[in-house]
Amino acid sequence: MASMLLTSLRSSPLTSVQAAQFAARSLGTSVHLQAQAKSKKTLAKPGVKNIVLVDGVRTPFLQSGTIYADLMPHDLARAALQGLLNRTGLPKDAVDYIVYGTVIQEVKTSNVAREAALGAGFSDKTPAHTVTMACISSNQAMTTAVGLIAAGQCDAVVAGGVEFMSDVPIRHSRRMRKTMLSLNKAKTLGARLSLLGSIRLAHLAPELPAVAEFSTAETMGHSADRLAAAFGVSRLEQDEFALRSHTLAKKAQDSGLLSDVISFKVPGKDIVSKDNGIRPSTMEQMAKLKPAFIKPHGTVTAANSSFLTDGASAVLIMSEEKALAMGYKPKAYLRDFVYVSQDPKDQLLLGPTYATPKVLEKSGLTLNDIDVFEFHEAFAGQIMANLKAMESDWFAQTYMGRKTKVGAPPMEKFNSWGGSLSLGHPFAATGCRLVTTVAHRLQKEGGQYGLVAACAAGGQGHAMVIEAYPQ
Amino acid sequence: LVLISILGLHCEYFTRTHVNYEIKGDVAVIRMNDPSVNTLSVQMQREMTEVMDEVWGNSAVQSVVLISSKPGSFIAGADLNMIQACTTAEEVTLLSQEGQKMFEKIEKSPKPIVAAINGSCLGGGLEFAIACQYRIATKSKKTVLGCPEVMLGLLPGAGGTQRLPKMLGLPSAFDMVLTGRSIRPDKAKKMGLVHQLVDTLGPGLKSPEERTIEYLEEVAVEAARGLAKKQIPLTKEKGLMQKIQDHVMSYPFVRQQIYNTVQKKVMKQTKGLYPAPLKIIECVKAGLEQGPTAGYLAESQNFGKLAMTPESKALIGLYHGQVTCKKNRFGTPEKEVKALAVLGAGLMGAGIAQVSVDKGIHTILKDTTLEGLSRGEQQVYKGLNDKTKKKSITTFERDSFLSNLTGQLDYNGFNKADMVIEAVFEDLSIKHKVLKEVEAVIPPHCIFATNTSALPIKDIAAVSKRPEKVIGMHYFSPVDKMQLLEIITTDKTSKDTTASAVAVGLKQGKVIIVVGDGPGFYTTRCLAPMLAEAVRVLQEGVDPKKLDSLTTGFGFPVGAATLADEVGIDVAAHVAEDLGKAFGSRFGGGNIEFLKSMVDKGFKGRKSGKGCYIYQPGLKRRDVNTEALEILESYKLTPNAAISSDSDIQYRLVSRFVNEAVLCLQEGILANPVEGDIGAVFGLGFPPCLGGPFRFVDSFGADKLVEKMRKFEEVFGNQFTPCQLLLDHAKDPSKKFHK
Repeated sequence: MASMLLTSLRSSPLTSVQAAQFAARSLGTSVHLQAQAKSKKTLAKPGVKNIVLVDGVRTPFLQSGTIYADLMPHDLARAALQGLLNRTGLPKDAVDYIVYGTVIQEVKTSNVAREAALGAGFSDKTPAHTVTMACISSNQAMTTAVGLIAAGQCDAVVAGGVEFMSDVPIRHSRRMRKTMLSLNKAKTLGARLSLLGSIRLAHLAPELPAVAEFSTAETMGHSADRLAAAFGVSRLEQDEFALRSHTLAKKAQDSGLLSDVISFKVPGKDIVSKDNGIRPSTMEQMAKLKPAFIKPHGTVTAANSSFLTDGASAVLIMSEEKALAMGYKPKAYLRDFVYVSQDPKDQLLLGPTYATPKVLEKSGLTLNDIDVFEFHEAFAGQIMANLKAMESDWFAQTYMGRKTKVGAPPMEKFNSWGGSLSLGHPFAATGCRLVTTVAHRLQKEGGQYGLVAACAAGGQGHAMVIEAYPQ
Repeated sequence: LVLISILGLHCEYFTRTHVNYEIKGDVAVIRMNDPSVNTLSVQMQREMTEVMDEVWGNSAVQSVVLISSKPGSFIAGADLNMIQACTTAEEVTLLSQEGQKMFEKIEKSPKPIVAAINGSCLGGGLEFAIACQYRIATKSKKTVLGCPEVMLGLLPGAGGTQRLPKMLGLPSAFDMVLTGRSIRPDKAKKMGLVHQLVDTLGPGLKSPEERTIEYLEEVAVEAARGLAKKQIPLTKEKGLMQKIQDHVMSYPFVRQQIYNTVQKKVMKQTKGLYPAPLKIIECVKAGLEQGPTAGYLAESQNFGKLAMTPESKALIGLYHGQVTCKKNRFGTPEKEVKALAVLGAGLMGAGIAQVSVDKGIHTILKDTTLEGLSRGEQQVYKGLNDKTKKKSITTFERDSFLSNLTGQLDYNGFNKADMVIEAVFEDLSIKHKVLKEVEAVIPPHCIFATNTSALPIKDIAAVSKRPEKVIGMHYFSPVDKMQLLEIITTDKTSKDTTASAVAVGLKQGKVIIVVGDGPGFYTTRCLAPMLAEAVRVLQEGVDPKKLDSLTTGFGFPVGAATLADEVGIDVAAHVAEDLGKAFGSRFGGGNIEFLKSMVDKGFKGRKSGKGCYIYQPGLKRRDVNTEALEILESYKLTPNAAISSDSDIQYRLVSRFVNEAVLCLQEGILANPVEGDIGAVFGLGFPPCLGGPFRFVDSFGADKLVEKMRKFEEVFGNQFTPCQLLLDHAKDPSKKFHK
């Protein structure tokens, strides 16, 4: 969220070799054998409803201020919802409920779920609500859907998320708002004039939405830079990881792996069908950038941070029974999930480190059982810090109450189709992208279990285990 | 060559205990690690000189980083013992000149030196840092920069008075050196005292403190390289305001004007009782007007002179005393107080709650009425909110502190309290009622502390079922500003109860004295006779304003008449009557009836808007309350010309205070003279330049004091009879309260 100020700084030419090299380099983690037997054959539990991901789509993720600039958030959400309907051929009245996530709210459409659903042609008999949990808002939307189905309240739920950073609510100052509200109530001309007379030039200064953590007043990029320093992550490591993300994303895009992206005819503009933030650069180019938050010695730059993005995503979640009854071939089972939270100052972005072991324990799996990892990349420094934290016995013992380290995921299984750094990060839309990508990668790469993990503002985090649907 | 020097380093490494260094490429990292606290001791200076010579002589080294291995302290200052060990001004001057020479070499170093500052960088430590070419500081809460010498009656004697004006400009430099205030990192960056700031780090692969120091070193090493390669400029481009200021300051008459203004301000605030600020102005002036040679000479000579003044000795004594009174001499209590309950949400109760919740103690604030409770909670909120305005805490911290506060009207939750502090009205029967109610609901381990300024604790504890758990905690108003806490133990109070009360007080940030039980304990008992004398002086026709100027002229921060208004005329009357009953005619002097008439008229002091003065909200100016003067008319006394000079009046007031203090030590109310001095200065505003009543007796001379008292005794009788201990000291001049 804090990279808000960075977009304009990003400009870099294409291609590099080093990133691929980096991609191949493991971080010295446990050796993984493809054919290794899983701890558990399946995560299905007797007496517990199987819940499946039928399909998932997203609009192209575009840098904010580009082609989507004149839309409204619910327009993007509509596109994703319609895209989901098209992709699945789902009858509009077959949906029991819609849950949608968003972070920066457009005040006119505060329940953006409902506005988008109506606009996308869903039945007006389908209720919809909006959830917010910073960068894991659509994860929250999906797990809400899972909860509704597990509780037997619904059989088919659409979940998703939208973020639109090309336009954000900028308010009048509190003093000005107070005057304006009093003006509404003022009865006489004299009272109104005296209120108007009380307006000072300073009251006209606008109030921008906070780019900082409310509790600590620290911007997220600043916190990420401190986190990277705390774990001794160098600028070079961060640039290498960012380059890896862009290189892999580019490869995935070119080879047509990003099949969750739908085409979107933007009113007044051309049809958009590709993400526009993927730009593999060179290490030399990236090294030239000045630190964006901590000056002059910081390591987080525009090039190794996720950028401000517009985009929306949507998934169709059903009970397995219902999906099969409707003739669908589900893509994956949505299994155990956890939410974690910790100190919003010094551990703001360590959610994945805490959530990963917790969800694995819950599901009875080990790190070795996981074939596909999709972690949200807020900053390259944040990812590297999490990987180092997971590899540290000292950290596990001192801060997590564990006997030994969590262990870091092997890099060859990690975000191998790119990540938020390159594909973009529309805050509330990222969660569905991660889950859909895991399902697609499991299908493509032939694994059984996948793991999604993400950090979020407020010092929160999330992880979910996904099981491939038998082919 | 490099190899040899590294080998050399290893040999030296084991012989040096305070300073060592490591060569990282072309940067020498010098680490200070005094076995106790980093101070500029003789040992530290010797090793530093050795190390610097090696570094300068090593051609592989291009630049230097100076850093402390101690978390929380860069260099806390010069070694006070080193100064106190000197017997003449010349010796101290020599110390200062050695420091000056060492820092001159640092300043002229051909290899740039970066001071990497984490933790306190004070006094000599700051002077060391400003002699370096570049300064980087962490944003840690423990990082503070300042020149506290003036608070010890000294001046920055190692180039501080010479370098700071050039670095910061006259106004900022004077502010820093004359107030001794501690400057936080962000402010230091803004005013140009440091070049670069480094964030503190959270948990990583090492502890946050350890990694933060490492990170600071990494950043400093990079900066040192940049400086050596001239990639980082040493002088910052000056802003327009700075240029204008510099230009204005280039006129001698402007500078003269500033010297005069500052001098006047100092005289107004110190009444000329403190020599250090005046000497500081002298040194700054000498440096700027007559050049560095004269400046440095003035600095070292004045430093020597100041170190020999009684004022400096008094202030250093207070500093040591304060350190002592910030320790718990009763050991660690069996159970830490985590849940506190305060009874009575008045000024005191709410104040106690405020200083507890912001230290993380869960606090119940109980009152009997909703209005009282609401007022009290508002006071706590306001106290914390004012801190957010000063940016010392964030609004988030304020909210989180306030979440420790529970306001209520009943005894709900008292069954989980570890300590109850009652701050209800000063009336024995009410205190008894409250104690019984509380004892019915609290758990067995819970301590009952009573906040009273005069009622003997044993009288309050008389109705207790568990007197070993009863103790007195006498806070001073306003609780969040006044540093002192007077803890009163009865002979039944258990040691663990005392240890626990001291632990709570320390957590609340207080300086603590622990005294024995008796009417008025220590502080109130010393104050009462002085106020009785002040009333007599008023009755003798001295105007309240004149009385105030006589007392402040002696060094009290608040005049006697104003003090009475602050304490409350009703409280003063109440206490005077109680103590009068307990101690008899010795506590006489002024007529209590006068105070009572004031109270009857509603003149209760500041809180009622009228006392000796008239208080109007929003108005700083105070007029004498003429109606009070009318009341005085009917109690008029004729002054005895022989003992009514200004000086006589001052000594009449002070000698009664001091005699009572000495008597408290004689009777065992006080455990030692140190606590007596600390209590009098921090609780009652006894002149800090005199160092407290006991140090005053030592420096003024017990015999001279007794002589004065005998003169007053002839007229007023036993109110001025010196106590035995004071007489002992008068008889034998070798007897001193402080060695």
